Amino acid sequence: MGKVRRTTELGLIVLGCLIVTGAYTLASLGRNASIPANLGPFLGIILALMIGAHLATRWLAPEADGLLLPLAALLNGLGFVFIVRLAGERRVPSDLPGLQSTWTALGIAAYVGTLLLVRKTRMLDQYRYSFAVLGIGLLMVPLIPGIGRQINGARIWASIGPINFQPGEFAKIVLAIFFASYLVEKRELLRIATARIGPIHVPELRHLGPLLLAWGASIIVMVLEKDLGSSLLFFALFAVMVWVATDRVAYLISALIMFMGGAYAAWTQFSHVQARVDIWLDPWADPSNKGFQVLQSMFAFATGGLTGTGLGLGDPERIPEVETDFIFAAIGEELGLFGATAVLLCYLLMVGSGLRVAMRAESPFDKLLAVGLTALLGIQTFIIIGGVTRLVPLTGITLPFVSYGGSSLLANYVLLALLMRISDETAARERLRAEEGAGVRKVVA
Amino acid sequence: MNRQIRRFGVGMMVLYLLLFAQLNRLQVFDAQKLVDDPNNTRPIVRDYGQRRGTITTADGTLVAFSEELDEGQFARQRLYPEGDLYGHITGFFSFNYGAEGLEKTYNDELAGKTTEQAFGSLEDLLVDRDNTGNLVLGLNHQLQVAARDALGEQNGSVVALEPATGNVLAMWSWPSYDPNLISAVDQETSRAAWVWHNALNPSPLIPKAYRETYFPGSTFKIVTASAALASGNVSPTSPVYPVVPSYTPPLTTSPLRNFGGSSCGGDLNNIIRVSCNSAIAQMAVEEIGPEALAEMAEAFGFNDRLPLDLPSVAESVFVTDYGPFNRTNTSEAGREYDVFDNTPAFAQSSIGQFETKATPLQMAMVVAAVGNNGRLMEPKVVTEILDVDGGDISTNGDELMKLVMAPDVAQKVREAMVGAVADGTGRRLQTPGWEVGSKTGTAQLGASVEATHAWVIVFAGQPGQPADIAIAVLVEADAALGQQTGGTAAAPIAKAVLDAFIALQAGS
Repeated sequence: MGKVRRTTELGLIVLGCLIVTGAYTLASLGRNASIPANLGPFLGIILALMIGAHLATRWLAPEADGLLLPLAALLNGLGFVFIVRLAGERRVPSDLPGLQSTWTALGIAAYVGTLLLVRKTRMLDQYRYSFAVLGIGLLMVPLIPGIGRQINGARIWASIGPINFQPGEFAKIVLAIFFASYLVEKRELLRIATARIGPIHVPELRHLGPLLLAWGASIIVMVLEKDLGSSLLFFALFAVMVWVATDRVAYLISALIMFMGGAYAAWTQFSHVQARVDIWLDPWADPSNKGFQVLQSMFAFATGGLTGTGLGLGDPERIPEVETDFIFAAIGEELGLFGATAVLLCYLLMVGSGLRVAMRAESPFDKLLAVGLTALLGIQTFIIIGGVTRLVPLTGITLPFVSYGGSSLLANYVLLALLMRISDETAARERLRAEEGAGVRKVVA
Repeated sequence: MNRQIRRFGVGMMVLYLLLFAQLNRLQVFDAQKLVDDPNNTRPIVRDYGQRRGTITTADGTLVAFSEELDEGQFARQRLYPEGDLYGHITGFFSFNYGAEGLEKTYNDELAGKTTEQAFGSLEDLLVDRDNTGNLVLGLNHQLQVAARDALGEQNGSVVALEPATGNVLAMWSWPSYDPNLISAVDQETSRAAWVWHNALNPSPLIPKAYRETYFPGSTFKIVTASAALASGNVSPTSPVYPVVPSYTPPLTTSPLRNFGGSSCGGDLNNIIRVSCNSAIAQMAVEEIGPEALAEMAEAFGFNDRLPLDLPSVAESVFVTDYGPFNRTNTSEAGREYDVFDNTPAFAQSSIGQFETKATPLQMAMVVAAVGNNGRLMEPKVVTEILDVDGGDISTNGDELMKLVMAPDVAQKVREAMVGAVADGTGRRLQTPGWEVGSKTGTAQLGASVEATHAWVIVFAGQPGQPADIAIAVLVEADAALGQQTGGTAAAPIAKAVLDAFIALQAGS
């Protein structure tokens, strides 16, 4: 079982690397009309990185799902090609490719490190409250004077010495672990409503308390940091995990009501929230200022049409933040509807694989954690793609594995490693049971 | 929990289907609408910032090029190093106001967008090649400068052509404008320049040389003389017209007077030499007739858009319809001729009045055809288009536009014009060693207006050879100056350009 998965994984990784190298060549042809001089080294390095991740998986999680790593590698590689293609255009710094390749190497190191460190998911379950504190702590780091940095209106950066990072990217994962752990233990208690608030039956407040506290604190912190995308992501993560754990639709409905209430309150209280909604409703009202970014994004998609302008042949650099939040618009412009749909399918396949891991997992904690991690990946992707296509109001957030950004890339590789760990553990347990079963039958026979 | 996980999976699928639907909306269903959206400046900015070829004069003066910009919205900016000197030739290339001049007519060639340039060969698909086209003009920088300096700040125009090729050697009109301003990357500069140029009267944006028409006055007599000689009814020495102060055409009592009330007459050579209104009008009415004169005017290019490679070239006008047949008259020489209801107007037309209107370019073409044995060449500003390596993309060959008249007819017209320089209205143009012919014009704007347009058309070349240069000069009427004649106001300007041309010939 494990061997087949790893062989598939290797084949897919090689295929993905070839696709990425092809895209890299085309982008260079499109932009400079020359075949890149470093094509050989480029292919060598990405193959080395991804096969390194593959070998580490063979060693540390030999029986894990075989689709997740190649998908991540393909998305990461494609994102890198776009960052190379955008770098040096107006508005886009030219040192991004070097940084992003460093981040990719670090991301894969983080992937290997996570697999190495977390040998059993049970380990995560043990440090539940530590994770809660760590998660909220990480979220609050940017609020600390002297360390926190406000960039583009959102105070989500921390800088210690020469290192800048977004602690929130890691806080999401840490808090997902906490939620999974806590919900598994309390889910029975949370299913039954024994206390009353007015006419409504609710679960005991002391069971609900820590959950609401962790969740509320994180939401408040993110609102203070003006990080709307993360607030939305968190809200959805919380609602999905509680609902999956308890099977009470009431939680989903009350979360939705709370979301609407919260959104309305934010809309009345914060001008930046109002602005986002106004832009979403009518970007043409202020086309050269507030609506500029999302209109440029829409024009980019329209310019791309069905088949795209071709790599390196569009003008995606006209969209502010195209290398991070709006990178999907660059993909839509240069690869067209076909390319954008392919990327969308990659994410859907990752979500599918993640949920398959969750379904197969035996322990409720593994199940819930796998759902939570998959939800983080899938919902974050929906929020940002929906935002740049004006399906939903835009909230700044990165496109997992594709956008430029070290924290995001590192965090997503950690997330991937955790999913792989759960998958490996499940498969190993299944195999053991099958072997035991076979052994028993042998003895009987 | 698996049931919930499955449902969550379905939920995610629905969300991603929504994304897919939205992508279809943006990239397929609403795509055209978004591309055409007025806020979508992508196509314009793209063209505006793109690589674009240079424009250079025949003697290598750079008059337009694109400079790369390091910052700002645009990748490149269009610059015109000679300022207003070539404003009416190159035109402008503006983000807000589009393109004018050569920037407009040769937009595809400059941008490298013609089919030949874009897909020159298969290997171009793989190798980066700057496929823009560089325009080479027939204009000579020294002549253009001479034209500008000679005209000074008088409203008017100077056009010099090479008769054998149709190449424009110089084309200058005052007022002109500096295309750098309207083409500026800075939107405020561009807008302010546009508003200011349009508010001025006359607007410097209008290239008078090919977009403004004027009464050609006596310069039109060359067309009339050509028609007369081509008709066979007239020779340089016959008929001989009486020396009179005026001529009264049939069907009217108001006489057509000679300039300054003087008396004149004689044979064709003489009436061209002294620019005799009475005799030429009489000759037109009695020996040519409206049909033949209109035919000759149209052979020179009147009543049609001249095939010049610049945008919006104005048509010169010669009225062709002078009413129904009225009666037959007999001339003093005993020849019968047709009289039409509007023959009095036709008499006016034949000396460049009534509704006859011409651009300076048109009159330069008239004299060029005379100097070139009756062969009228298509006028052109651009002679060839080169690729970045100096290879030929295309050549604007010398095209015969019309054989206006037989060489022997042209030779007779030419001799009459040479006479005007030797001892007539064009004496100021005498140039030792060169055969120079000219016709001046002093066009009254109307009975009540004192001011007059001053014209001169000139050809010059080696004796007995086709002319090397044809020049038309127009100095617009100026109320402050009153009457200014072609011989005094326009001829010195043509002489200055001619001298510059001769200096160039001597130098080369």
